[in-house]
This record gives sequence, structure tokens and C-alpha cells, in this order.
Amino acid sequence: MMRLLRQQGWVVGLLALLVVLLIVAKLIQPSYGAGDFGSLVRAVLPYAFAVAAQTVVVIAGGIDLSVAAMMALTSVTAAALMAGASEEFALLVVPFVLLMGFALGALNGILIVVSRVPDIVVTLATLFMLQGAALLVLNAPGGGSAEWLRNLIVGTVPIPVLPDTIAAFFPKALLLLVVLLCVVWIPLKRSRLGLSIYAIGSNQLAAFRSGVPVARTKILAYAFGGLFGAMGGLSLTMSTGIGAPIPGPYLMASVAAVVLGGVVLGGGKGGLLGPIIAVFVLRLARTILTLLAIDPNVTAIVEGTILVAVVMFGAFIAMRSRSR
Amino acid sequence: MTKQPLLEATGVAKRYGAVSALKNASLTVLPGEVHALMGANGAGKSTLVKILTGAISSNAGRILVRGQERDIRSPAKARVAGLVPVYQEPSLIPDLDVLSNLRLTRTPVEPFREWVRELGVPDLDLREMARDVPLAIQRVLDLARALAVEPDVMLLDEMTAALPANLAERVLDVVKRQSQTGRSVIFISHRFVEISALCDRATILRDGETVGVVDIEPGIEERIVELMLGAKVEKKRVARKQADVDASVSAGSTRIAVRGLKVGTKLHDVSFDLRDGEVAGVVALEGQGQDELFAALAGSIRPEGGTIEVDGKPVHFHHPVDAIEHGIAYVPGDRTEALAMQQSVRENIALPFSAAFRNWGPIRMAREGATVQSAIERLQIDTRAQREVQRLSGGNQQKVTIARWIAADARTLLCFDPTRGIDVGTKQEIYRLLRQLADQGKSVLFYTSELEEVQLVCDRAIVIFGGKVVDILPVEIADEAALTRAAYGLSRDSKAEVGVLAEPHSAPEARP
Repeated sequence: MMRLLRQQGWVVGLLALLVVLLIVAKLIQPSYGAGDFGSLVRAVLPYAFAVAAQTVVVIAGGIDLSVAAMMALTSVTAAALMAGASEEFALLVVPFVLLMGFALGALNGILIVVSRVPDIVVTLATLFMLQGAALLVLNAPGGGSAEWLRNLIVGTVPIPVLPDTIAAFFPKALLLLVVLLCVVWIPLKRSRLGLSIYAIGSNQLAAFRSGVPVARTKILAYAFGGLFGAMGGLSLTMSTGIGAPIPGPYLMASVAAVVLGGVVLGGGKGGLLGPIIAVFVLRLARTILTLLAIDPNVTAIVEGTILVAVVMFGAFIAMRSRSR
Repeated sequence: MTKQPLLEATGVAKRYGAVSALKNASLTVLPGEVHALMGANGAGKSTLVKILTGAISSNAGRILVRGQERDIRSPAKARVAGLVPVYQEPSLIPDLDVLSNLRLTRTPVEPFREWVRELGVPDLDLREMARDVPLAIQRVLDLARALAVEPDVMLLDEMTAALPANLAERVLDVVKRQSQTGRSVIFISHRFVEISALCDRATILRDGETVGVVDIEPGIEERIVELMLGAKVEKKRVARKQADVDASVSAGSTRIAVRGLKVGTKLHDVSFDLRDGEVAGVVALEGQGQDELFAALAGSIRPEGGTIEVDGKPVHFHHPVDAIEHGIAYVPGDRTEALAMQQSVRENIALPFSAAFRNWGPIRMAREGATVQSAIERLQIDTRAQREVQRLSGGNQQKVTIARWIAADARTLLCFDPTRGIDVGTKQEIYRLLRQLADQGKSVLFYTSELEEVQLVCDRAIVIFGGKVVDILPVEIADEAALTRAAYGLSRDSKAEVGVLAEPHSAPEARP
């Protein structure tokens, strides 16, 4: 129990912070309720997938600057393919786009492994390439989305045993997020590949000497990053019904949430739960600042301050517990 | 030899660019033997071990396991072929718990647990993060992990170096028993006492070639030392000028006095004096604490115990700048540690903090130029490519690192293997320069991995073994053989003694 608390302490702390923020939101705006929570989750959805993509890569000791561009490209590809097509055709589009994300992510990894150019340079280059490719697919926001896909994140999950007022707090978008992340992450984490991803991020030489195929593991880590990125792209198309070729503000947000979520930027440490809760915290903080009618420019400053303050606080706690 | 060897390597070679790390190494390990792999620093032991365990691939040579050629081009494949290493540095992944580390290498848990207990660690928590396990225990876990997969050949590289005595004993015991089950162990150690207690045979490497295979028996250590050094080539001794000798004999005042210095886990108890006007050599095998000694004197790490006195006053260095202010300058062997590679020769020599023309405000360029120019001339630095230091040859780069401190007029130079990897001509120039500096009353502490340099440059040799000063040899008797013996912890006149292997630690303690 103590060990669980020690290892998951950061996550528990973040969760507490999230609850505090929810209470604050309720105090500022007494009408803040299920509907607002639902829209928060829908707004978080693309961010959450961006964060998941970044988390896998960062744990493996890399960094992926192309995550937002990847989302844009996969989003417009999905939108362009589904525009005017039948509902059933979307059943083919979804796996195709996911596969595309996986392959493009793997390409990132292959370029890094083969060229031995630092991750940050390679993914910066692919950022531009993917961005350009997105504009080739659709040069302006457009395309369409299958109705059933859009419905996946609209409304709440009907839970028969619960009264409606409580069931209202379980938006479909949250269910979708949890299911998709779990389906990929839990088997990954339990597998030898998952261990290997942590191993190469923690100490590449030791991993190599332990018999870990370092190059292959790195490529796969980026490929899973690409897969999560494609999920993010699909979620964009789902929520807007179209595809937009210009990448959204997901790159910086993903790095911020990864750091806030307790994943060490050097690699090897952390999990997926922390960053996901962190992205909720960051988005909710923004909502609260909006509710307070604070100048949007100031909002960005406050967000940055929260990030630094929380990370410094965490480092301080870690230092104290180590010296004891 | 009727038994088929478990491992047979012949003609193994490895080149890094123009440098051959290994030219023609061979090694034959029989079933059930503990085989020592020996050689002086840089003889190629580690390279051979890394090739045998798949960490690097060789350029030439055949490696047979149980008479069959096996693919060992990655650590995982070498593991499958039955070759499992325990390296000098712990190889557990620091951010995974012990259990996950086992899963990563597909190590069965129960045998591992038994071996850990066997090795004298009764209460190991498998859920503990590897990072939080003490270093000595990590080594034991590395060994247990290797033992648990029951490898045909286990390679132990300096396994006991970082272990406390009681654990080291258990380790040796387990290794010995391992060999009784028909499995083999390749054992690398600098400690003759362990080798004599444990090993059946030894292969000796010199300059990347296998020069001999001997059976371990009492009195064999002299033969091994001889093999490691090679045929006694008559030293082409650069006769020192009489003036030099006089200068070194006339004892200067004590510049630095080190007493009972303890740094980190490697350096335990080191005491010596460095006098004005002398070049004192430091001789040690790899990893005996010399790095820590130099780092402590240069102010980059803080010692845990003991005192350092400079000119009779105790000092506490918190930062290299403290040492520099006392006129103590560190010249690292790795030039990339010292130089701003993309800057010009002039800027590198005149790095303001070292030349200290002015702490604030604009640098007086004319004065800087003159000082730098005189240093360049003094060291005869080839300045044709002076715009970027990285385009200079290694020897010229090394001269720049020294020139910097000559321009800064440092009174004491700490040179850590300054002649590593540079050409013979430049080496001679550096020797001459160090002697000149000493003649001017400056002092130099000179660690070298090339033992012949001691008699060329130094006034005496301080020998460190296992974190302690084991002997201080006057230059007249500090030939390669004597230094090698001392560096292995053998006492000075061990030639006469028989069975010295039994008690190598009775070597004379540091003399003040």
C-alpha cells in the first residue's frame, strides 16, 4: 500500500488537484454541471490523444515534435475520404487512418535510428513534411464525417442502474477515450515491448546489454506514438465533422501535460495516467480562467506559471523524501 | 587436451578507424575451468569481452561455441549461444524494478532468488526499483541474473572491484563451485590473489594480441607480468641533462600535501606530497581511484575525508575555480573535456577565466594577444588551422590545453594521461615542456597509463592500487617491470619471495 502510494503519489496528487479545480469551477459558476463537464471532455479528447502519443515517445527517451501535424494529416485524410461516402465506408476509413498513423510514426523512428540524427531534428523535419502533406490532401477545412462516428462522442453513456443526474456525468467521449487508451496501453505496458520501451529510455547502454533490440524498440515506440496521433486526428474529425489542414496547438500542450503528468523528459519514468489527468487539469484551469473573464493573454501566462510551479513543487517533494 | 573446448576464439581483430584495439586475440576455454584474462591497460581485454558477448562486432576472427560457429552479433544472440557477461558497470535498468529487469532478460525468477540468497543477500525485495538498490548489491544481482540462466560460459569483468570483502568472498566461492558443474567462467581481475585462488589457466593479452596461455601455479605471477610487458626491450632512455637532475634533486618546498584523502567509493586513503620543482608520476591500473584523486585536487568533486593543503594551508575546493585561484590547473586526457572545439586557438588559450586578465569589463586584447602568442611559441603549436581547434591534430589540441595554463601561469599542473593517442614527436615535446616547467619551480602531477613515460619525465612514481598508495618509487628503479608489479599490488622485492600471492596486501603502505 505504501509502495503504491509512493509510486503513484504524483498521480494521486494530480487527481486531487483536478478535484479542487472542479470544486473551484462549481463555486465560481454555480450552474457548472454535467453538460459543461461533457463539453470539457469533448474539448480534451484530441489533447488527450496527443498527450498519449507524446508520452510513449518520451518514455522511450525521445520527443515527437510532429504530433500535431500528424493529427492534422490523419484528420484531413479521414475527412476527405468520408466526404460524401456511405456510412459503411467509414468502417474502412477508420482502420486505414489508424494504420497510416502507425506507419508514419514508424517512419519517424526509422529515420531517427538509421540517420542517427537527434529525435528533435528528425521530428521537426517530419513536422513540416506532414504539415505540407495535410495541405495537399485538403487545402482548406472541409470534407465530412460519417454520422455514426460523430455520434460516438455525443451525449452520455446510458447506465440503467444510475439515476439520470449522475449518469449525465459519464459522457460518451470519456468512455471512448478510456477504452481506446486502455486497449492499446495496457497490453503494451504488460508486454516485453513495453518493458523494453522503458528500458531504452532509462539507460540505453544497459538495455542493449540486457539484450533489448534498441533500434526496433525505438521504431515501435514512435509507431505507437503515430497510432495515438491518428486517434487524435480522428477525434478532431469526429468532433468538428470536417478536417482542418492547419495543425492545432497540440504539440506544446502535449509536452506540457507530459511533464506535468510526471513523465521524465529524459525518458524511462512515468506512466500514461498522469499525463492524461494533467491534460484535464490544464484544460480545466483554462476553463476557470475563462469563467473568471480574465484576458486570454493573461490566461496563457497563468497556465505557464501553473506548469512551472507544480513541477518545481514535485521536484522539491522528491528531493526532501530522498534526503530523508 | 582431449576435451572439446566450450569456447574457442581465434584471430579475433577489431579496428576503430586507423586504431587497432585488437589485432590477433585468441582464447580457448575448456569445460569446467575458470580462465583468467589478463593484460596491461589497453591490451584489449575489454574489447575481447565485448566481442564475445555481442556488445560490439569484430572485424575478423572465428568464434566457436562447443565447436560450432554461432551468431553472437548482439547481446541477445550471445546470450542464446550461452555466453553471458557481468560487466564492470551495473547493467540493471535503473527505472525498472528488479522483477521487471528479470522479465526483460527472460531470467527465471526462482533460480535467481536462490542465487541471490546464496550470494549472501537474504532479504531482497523484487519490487524494489533497481535505482534504489545499493551499488554493491546491484553487482550481486547482475551476477545472480547471469547464474540463473545457467550459461555455458560466464564472463566476469572486474566483478569483485566494487564489492565489500564479505560479499566478494561469497562471489568467489560461488564462481568456484560453478566451475565444478562443468560450466566455465572467464575471469578478469587485477588482483593476483583472486586469480591464484580461483583460476586454472590464464590467457595474457598484450597490444591486442594473445601472447601466452599459462597454468596458474605458485610463482607464476612473475611470468605473467613478463608476458604482459613483453620481451624486455632495452629502453631508449632519453638521458636527462645533468642540470635537470640537479634541479629535481634540490628539494623544493611542499606545494600540495594530501593526507588520508577519501573520495567516493574508489579512493580510500591517499597521502603524498607534491613539491615545487618536481614532476610526480601517478601510476595505477584502470579504476583504482586515480580519476577521483585528480577530480578532487582540481575541485570538481568534494572529498569525503582527509585533507588537502596547498602551501601549508588547508583548502576546501567547492568548484574548479577555487583550485584555479590557488594556481592548480587540471589538464584532462580527453581533450574534448577541455576545449571549445569550434573556437579559435587564441580564444581557447585565453578563455578569460583561466588567463584572468580581468574579471569585468572589456578584455585587453593587446595584452591577451601577446600572452597567447608567447604560449603558442613556447609550445610550438602548429597554427595553420587555428581558426577552429577541432581541425588541429590531436597532439596540437593537447598542446592548446596545456598552453592555456601556461598563459595563465598556473603553478601546478595536474596532467591526466596527457599523451594518450598523440604522435611520438609531440609526446617528446610534452615531456620536455613538463621538465622545463619543473625546472622553473612549478610542480606537475602526472598520471600516465604508459609506464615507460615515468622514467622519461618523472622524479618519482606514486603507485595507487585499490584506492590506496601502495608504494612510492624513486625514478631510478621505476622501470616498467617494477611499476607493473607495484601497480598489481605486489611488493617491491616479490621476486625473491615465494607464494607472495597469498598476501598481496602486505605491500608497503604509503610512506609520508
